Amino acid sequence: MELTGAQAIVKALEMENVKVIFGYPGAAICPFYDALMDSNIKHVLTRHEQGAVHAANGYARVTGTTGVCVATSGPGATNTITGIATAYMDSIPVVVITGQVSTEQIGKDVFQEADITGATAPFCKHNYLVKQAEELPRIVREAFHIASTGRPGPVLIDVPIDVQTRKIKFNYPDTVDIQGYKPNYKGHPIQIRKIAEALRKAKAPVICAGGGIINANASEDLVMLAEKCSIPVTTTLMGIGCIPSSHPLNLGMLGSHGVFAANYAIHHADLVVIMGARVGDRAMGTASKIAEKADIIHIDIDPAEIGKNVEVSIPVVGDVGLILRELLDLVTRGDVDRWIETLERVKREHPLKHADYTDSETVKPQYLISTLSEMAGDDAIVTTEVGQNQIWAANYYKVKHPRKFFTSGGMGTMGYGLPAAVGAKIASPHSTVITISGDGSFQMSMQELGTMRQNNLGIKIVILNNSGLGMVRELQKNKYRRRYYQVSMENNPDFVRLAEAYGFRGERITCNSEVREALERMLADDSPYILECIVDPEEPTL
Amino acid sequence: MAKHTLSVLVENHPGVLSRVSGLFSRRGFNIESLAVGITENPEISRMTIVVDGDDHTVEQVSKQLNKLIDVIKVKELDDAESVRRELALIKVTATASTRSEIVQLVEIFRAKIIDVSKNTLTIEISGDSEKVSALEDMLRQFGIKEIVRTGIIALERGNKVIKNNNGEE
Repeated sequence: MELTGAQAIVKALEMENVKVIFGYPGAAICPFYDALMDSNIKHVLTRHEQGAVHAANGYARVTGTTGVCVATSGPGATNTITGIATAYMDSIPVVVITGQVSTEQIGKDVFQEADITGATAPFCKHNYLVKQAEELPRIVREAFHIASTGRPGPVLIDVPIDVQTRKIKFNYPDTVDIQGYKPNYKGHPIQIRKIAEALRKAKAPVICAGGGIINANASEDLVMLAEKCSIPVTTTLMGIGCIPSSHPLNLGMLGSHGVFAANYAIHHADLVVIMGARVGDRAMGTASKIAEKADIIHIDIDPAEIGKNVEVSIPVVGDVGLILRELLDLVTRGDVDRWIETLERVKREHPLKHADYTDSETVKPQYLISTLSEMAGDDAIVTTEVGQNQIWAANYYKVKHPRKFFTSGGMGTMGYGLPAAVGAKIASPHSTVITISGDGSFQMSMQELGTMRQNNLGIKIVILNNSGLGMVRELQKNKYRRRYYQVSMENNPDFVRLAEAYGFRGERITCNSEVREALERMLADDSPYILECIVDPEEPTL
Repeated sequence: MAKHTLSVLVENHPGVLSRVSGLFSRRGFNIESLAVGITENPEISRMTIVVDGDDHTVEQVSKQLNKLIDVIKVKELDDAESVRRELALIKVTATASTRSEIVQLVEIFRAKIIDVSKNTLTIEISGDSEKVSALEDMLRQFGIKEIVRTGIIALERGNKVIKNNNGEE
């Protein structure tokens, strides 16, 4: 079968079972769009290339498959970088296809030329600049393989326009053989036995579960292990959802913005089992101190994460799901009753600040978000922005299932929430999809309201409006002697009228007594909605 | 900090060198020297990288290198168990009165004179880094005009070889 390079890419995407692509066309990617027009693959036109990558990220996280996005050369490609870096830090499988100027023009600084493979190398699991059209089928095959296996991540394919138009014989390879890429899935049996032994002996064990559990679809196995051995679990920001928020063994999120009991457990444990988490500074900033008191077990698919930030007593490289299932056959419950009792007491003594503020003069975000999580149903998907909204959402939204809570954990990318919700809603049209944002972060991606409109996406947008950058303001309050500077956003747009401008319904609430009814109206049907909530700028996350 | 020698087999693709060097700068690792060339298999290149750092750093370097898709194999070479060579070209000022002294030095070091002009000699020397540095020190008195060093290349002693996949023989 003879195809153009562009047709070959489309054909290869079909072979990879791609249903949806998020993207934005431009001159250097036009041959691809021309070929895509004749395919059954749905294309979602975003309003910014960064939005396309975040949408592919949201799509990937809902479906557990690889998200795909497309952009043109030059600025189109460079606009994807923040999205790529976001996916890289959170280990989300995304394939990014960019157009490039023709091969003979590369390096001559022609119109809309950018060295995108050079620029994205630090943020990509791998990338390709395709010089020979014949290589396209193999490269697309490899890109999907690399993005989705091992520790998932973004892969970029840069395709010069002449490579897109050249005719080739299309042969799609059945298998992938990359000498330098052979992820190891099976944990070493001796190490697994050592873990079982350590768990049996531990008097004060705690599991620290990260996004790797969700990537590995190992949430049920984790809960089974925790229950079988009565081991309390704390999650990282990325791990939220791997054990239900209300599970009696779930201590909540750990770290600098986490729950007291979770941090207490980590700092008083004699055994910390880190699973699918990378010991990031926000979660375990004092990792070396923790390691002084506790033995550390670290299970991760990425060997480079083990020992990177903390000294580990029992390292295991492999798929956390496989390892958990092997462990389940070996483990027995240790003598942990006193530890569980202690943690129960700590939980009681240090609950999340959580009054039923009825007489508040502003909307209390904690109250709003916990009420929302009560009302939205177990299957609702929540995305967050970055800032105070992210911390409140992480701590107060009760997540019941994995793949329902998406946030930019590692990169902390403002402007992630709305486009990620676009991807999530496209992936799961019948789910309620809510994005929790602040007035600052919402405005970083609010152009994607246009994408919502064009695709009739009934996304519910909650804006916690404190007229500024609350998280930075809080930082300036605590660390910079209240010298508030450039954190106020006066003259924000009227978000309700903004909703109306796009043909959406919008509503503004100013106190807690309005919360419940407003949420009822927002959740009543599947139409888009902007709920602007006036929040006290002094409201802290800490 | 100790020096460690890593032997790295990589796909002979364009851009591999920048991926590897980019990784070092991005992660704050210090490269002492890096030498690269193709191997007996033209699809594979071999890099010899000398890294400054403690054991923990070198372990991280190896692991991060291994994460690069184009990197096939990384092995740290033990000093005692490997042979190491560096090549240098040294252009030194030579007058009628110093020329014979320089030639004598070259002989002592078993180096070679590969270019001669009225007032310079260009000397080729290979050996371990210490030997190259020793000759450089001895020649400094005459006036070194230019010097170029390849950086260390190294192979394991005896029968051991680094195979493309899964370990050594």
